[in-house]
Amino acid sequence: MSEFVTLTIDGKEVKAPKGSTVLEAARSAGINIPTLCFLKDINEIGACRMCIVDVGARSFQAACMYPVSEGLKVITNSPKIRETRKVTLELILSSHEKKCLTCVRSKNCELQTLAKELNIKDIRFEGELQNYPIDDLSHSVVRDPNKCVLCRRCVSVCKNVQTVSAIDTMGRGYKTIVASPFHMPLKDTPCVNCGQCIVACPVGALREKSSVEKVWEALSNKDLHVVVQTAPAVRAGLGEEFDYPVGTRVTGKMVTALKMLGFAKVFDTDTAADLTIMEEGTELVDRIKNNGKLPLITSCSPGWIKFCEHFYPDMLDNLSTCKSPQNMFGAVLKSYYAEKMGIDPAKIFVVSVMPCTAKKYEAERPELASTGYPDIDEVLTTRELAEMIKEAGIDFKNLEDSQFDDPMGEATGAGVIFGATGGVMEAALRSVPYLLTGKDDDNVDIKVVRGVETVKEAEVEVNGIKIKAAVVHGLGNARKLLDKIKAGEAEYHFVEVMACPGGCVNGGGQPIQPASVRFDLDLRAERAKALYEEDQGSTMRRSHQNPRVLKMYEEYFEKPGGHKSHKLLHTHYVARENYPENLE
Amino acid sequence: MSCGCCCADTKAQELEQIIAKYKDQRGALIPVLHEAQEVYGYLPLSVQKKIAEGLNVSLAEVYGVVTFYTQFSLNPKGKYKINVCLGTACYVKGSGDIFNKLSEVLKIKNGECTSDGLFSLDACRCVGACGLAPVIMINEDVYGRLTVDDVPGIIQSYFDKEAESK
Repeated sequence: MSEFVTLTIDGKEVKAPKGSTVLEAARSAGINIPTLCFLKDINEIGACRMCIVDVGARSFQAACMYPVSEGLKVITNSPKIRETRKVTLELILSSHEKKCLTCVRSKNCELQTLAKELNIKDIRFEGELQNYPIDDLSHSVVRDPNKCVLCRRCVSVCKNVQTVSAIDTMGRGYKTIVASPFHMPLKDTPCVNCGQCIVACPVGALREKSSVEKVWEALSNKDLHVVVQTAPAVRAGLGEEFDYPVGTRVTGKMVTALKMLGFAKVFDTDTAADLTIMEEGTELVDRIKNNGKLPLITSCSPGWIKFCEHFYPDMLDNLSTCKSPQNMFGAVLKSYYAEKMGIDPAKIFVVSVMPCTAKKYEAERPELASTGYPDIDEVLTTRELAEMIKEAGIDFKNLEDSQFDDPMGEATGAGVIFGATGGVMEAALRSVPYLLTGKDDDNVDIKVVRGVETVKEAEVEVNGIKIKAAVVHGLGNARKLLDKIKAGEAEYHFVEVMACPGGCVNGGGQPIQPASVRFDLDLRAERAKALYEEDQGSTMRRSHQNPRVLKMYEEYFEKPGGHKSHKLLHTHYVARENYPENLE
Repeated sequence: MSCGCCCADTKAQELEQIIAKYKDQRGALIPVLHEAQEVYGYLPLSVQKKIAEGLNVSLAEVYGVVTFYTQFSLNPKGKYKINVCLGTACYVKGSGDIFNKLSEVLKIKNGECTSDGLFSLDACRCVGACGLAPVIMINEDVYGRLTVDDVPGIIQSYFDKEAESK
């Protein structure tokens, strides 16, 4: 039990755990202190001075960092505090590029909200505007330093959570800028495209590279057969863009909206997730039986793959050779589906809707075109799909539900949970006994691998073979686990790694929730609930029971790990240099 | 500036020694950067990459520190390092104009080096010779009570010196 202290905030007696901050104590007492740079568990550095309070010290203190103590008297609201906050905010605004009407974050901007909350009516200072170039050379992430407020939330998440450190603060004073070393474009850095910086950004300084126009264009091209697939996590996030509470599942409405947008077919990536389990499960069984390279590490998360290529090139052989479900689906659509439907694969345009910005980069990988055509033509994030639905004037909240289209429609509950950390592992463990022995065991709900704990472990025994598994999410956690494996301190057969904390539900392409919402709500857990709910309601919950997948093998791929699957559903990886040798 | 002889290797060895010396200490980055700059004269990408790898910090952090402190340079320094005092006294006496004239004559900006490697131009703080304001220093030589018109002659004298030595 933690010890409590009693303090007074604005004359109100408040009990707070020892070691907590004034900000936390105030929020728990229903007293709102404004913040800008603060992002719970990620960036708590007191840089922006929005949360200043009077604690009886010589100067105002940042509530997000100031620890509570017994008898502490805090004032959060006085004329001087209000004026000081206003001056600070006006100074931040004075050099901010205020193109709010056309900003990607308009109406979802923490700076805008703050200006409203602090009742700023006039900016008394006219600051010089920087005229920095916009870095839009990455396939995934666009950086616009002119809108940056130097809160460092992106830097913290990149450095401390993901341990990638592709960006940091450079220079000093007025010339301070968040940038990559030597102001290189992000594409020349070890940036893994996870987009966690985007969802951490309070303003419009970071955004995804938009594919919206390209998709509109394809949809209006009568020569193309434009199909779409949606990843599991999208249905658990999309609703937030239409004011549903976090964690509301909107699968049916999403499918209807996609049909209204003009997609010829709406498919569920979960089907490919089931296919992934067949291939990856078979690969695992094969490696265990034939003394192959272990642990086998999952390859669904393209952010994780690029991380491994940059920082653990010696472990590339541990990666499953399976393509991610997104790309498996693309390859299936341009081979099996094209053949079955009698459509020229050159005319099939595959759009995928992903909770992920790294998927955009993955789609551009030259090796992922095993049919002779790129597996995927365009990737939209959950946010971009919402933009399109709004642009098309679709009244999302009042849509009827629809079903995914045949012939790849129905997926299993195992495919759905891919979107949450532990989901791939759980799905695999539901099928591995069958793949090993031809018989199912009783375990369907493998709850030990669920949840947001940083490392989760499980052990299953099938026919006397013990399979040790581990699940990590967030690349900093992955790094710790890999170092342990490399040092021989941990041994596993199978490891699931997801680049984003919480897995895909908390991906860099998901709706952006402000710090105030993230203060009270664990987005990772809330959105994951929606997926487990869909899984629970599924009639089929094991990938190897998916009749569509079985039919695909029967009609086309023959068997998991067979010749055709190897050609179309598997891939390879390359070691990558972290930075170029010389500057261009 | 690499001169294309074996001294590049010697420098690389020196850098390795510097990194090894500080490797497991806290706060190693700044002393390593200082000593590396003494060896190379500046801190190019290749040197910063080696330091980042050697100290197990990110290149972004190294570059962040290098660009925070004015004493670290990303550009090579010239054979003749020109420092223009922009301290209060010199500035009031017109050293800003002197600086601009030098920039114009040498066709380089603050912190840069001419393509022949002869001159580099930097603005600096008070050099403690306010009585001679406005002041510039070229290596260890001090030039005081300057006017803009003095600048081309001073630069020319270094070109002449170069021609003589050849």
